[in-house]
Amino acid sequence: MKRKKETPVELAPEISVTVNGAVVTRRVPARRHLIDFLREELGLTGSHTGCEHGVCGACTVRVDGRIVRGCLMLAVQADGRRVDTIEGLSDSGELGELQEAFHRRNALQCGFCTPGMLLAAQDLIVSRPDASREQIREHLSGNYCRCTGYQAIVDAVEDVLASQRKKT
Amino acid sequence: MKAPPFAYVRARSLAEVFGLLERHGEGARLLAGGQSLLASLNMRLDAPALLIDITRIAALSGIAVRGRKVRIGALTTHAEIQRSAEIAKHLPLLSQAAPHIAHAAIRNVGTFGGSLALADPAAEWPACCIALDAQFVLRSTSGTRRVAAREFFHGLYATALRPNEVLTQVEIAVTGLNCRSTFVELARRRGDYATVGLAALARRNARGVLSDLRLAFLGVGAAPALARAAMAALEGKRASADTIAAAGEALTRDLEPSADLYTTATTKLHLARVLTGRALTALAA
Repeated sequence: MKRKKETPVELAPEISVTVNGAVVTRRVPARRHLIDFLREELGLTGSHTGCEHGVCGACTVRVDGRIVRGCLMLAVQADGRRVDTIEGLSDSGELGELQEAFHRRNALQCGFCTPGMLLAAQDLIVSRPDASREQIREHLSGNYCRCTGYQAIVDAVEDVLASQRKKT
Repeated sequence: MKAPPFAYVRARSLAEVFGLLERHGEGARLLAGGQSLLASLNMRLDAPALLIDITRIAALSGIAVRGRKVRIGALTTHAEIQRSAEIAKHLPLLSQAAPHIAHAAIRNVGTFGGSLALADPAAEWPACCIALDAQFVLRSTSGTRRVAAREFFHGLYATALRPNEVLTQVEIAVTGLNCRSTFVELARRRGDYATVGLAALARRNARGVLSDLRLAFLGVGAAPALARAAMAALEGKRASADTIAAAGEALTRDLEPSADLYTTATTKLHLARVLTGRALTALAA
């Protein structure tokens, strides 16, 4: 009789992840965060490692189309999933209008928070095209910025929402 | 910081989870959304030998309404509850509470069952489940048992869960059309740990009289607290300055707030009264 194969317990499992459209296969230590995997193994240093306990939002990336904290997900949990980072979303042009608005409104200074901020803002633009200023603030509450005081960031997001409403 | 080393296994069924829990005992942790677990590992507050990833066990996900009962799978994420039209219709209290849970990126991953099993005293779902008188379905190799939410939370991160048990599902009776609910919370930043929060439910008749009140607080002690004295003080009354003050007075008997890093016990009790006033005003409106 064939014995049912047990799922292996591993210290360094092999994973296969679609990162910005390309499949990458690697063996990673189980404890490695998704954000460290992206930055250190794949050289995608656009997303930042900030607080490493889910408070600052600098490590925000997309997994299967939804924003997540890259420091609160293990690389092994992304196995078989699609991961999109600031690099891929910049290259595809999806964030173009938002990036232009950030530039125009001076919505960044040091830039550390910006990749995470852009991903969180784009998530709102797609999911709530009618968002008010208050709702923009609420949605971005999980992303710290220590330079701008947020005013200019909210202005930039508001600009994009307004221009998209005009288009439809 | 980075998490200390651990081994990882992705379980394919509950049977496999039970086997792993039995073999690895106290060194193992269940990984659901991981939004609290991974933070605590990164801060090295915990160092398990093994993480058992349960997130790909499909049977633990999803929201189903059957008759007057809503069943919510343990792996249902906060965001799924927030978006669910079924929940908005049958258990609006949960829709009202969901936006207060952390931030969008965390709500996309964190799970209903994970939050309940962790029993953080500042978490929103435990208080909601107490207010709604939910039943928790706990499974192990010795079978299935149901524990009422009101019996489940024993204290700081302490619950009725036995070491070999898994919280698989939550059952909640629909609250119905003539029931009103509201969720109010104070936090230093939207989405941060609550200073004090309140899940409130009541029926209100045409004359504005409130009945079947439920007031469940979070952030005021080691476990979520049902404010029975305040509930009794309001039963059969209209919300007015006088009845709200009486309920606030009764809270002294219901709550024994403990100070946190930023807020003294006295301030917490005061804030609990402020929230009671806001909640009752909303229920009566």
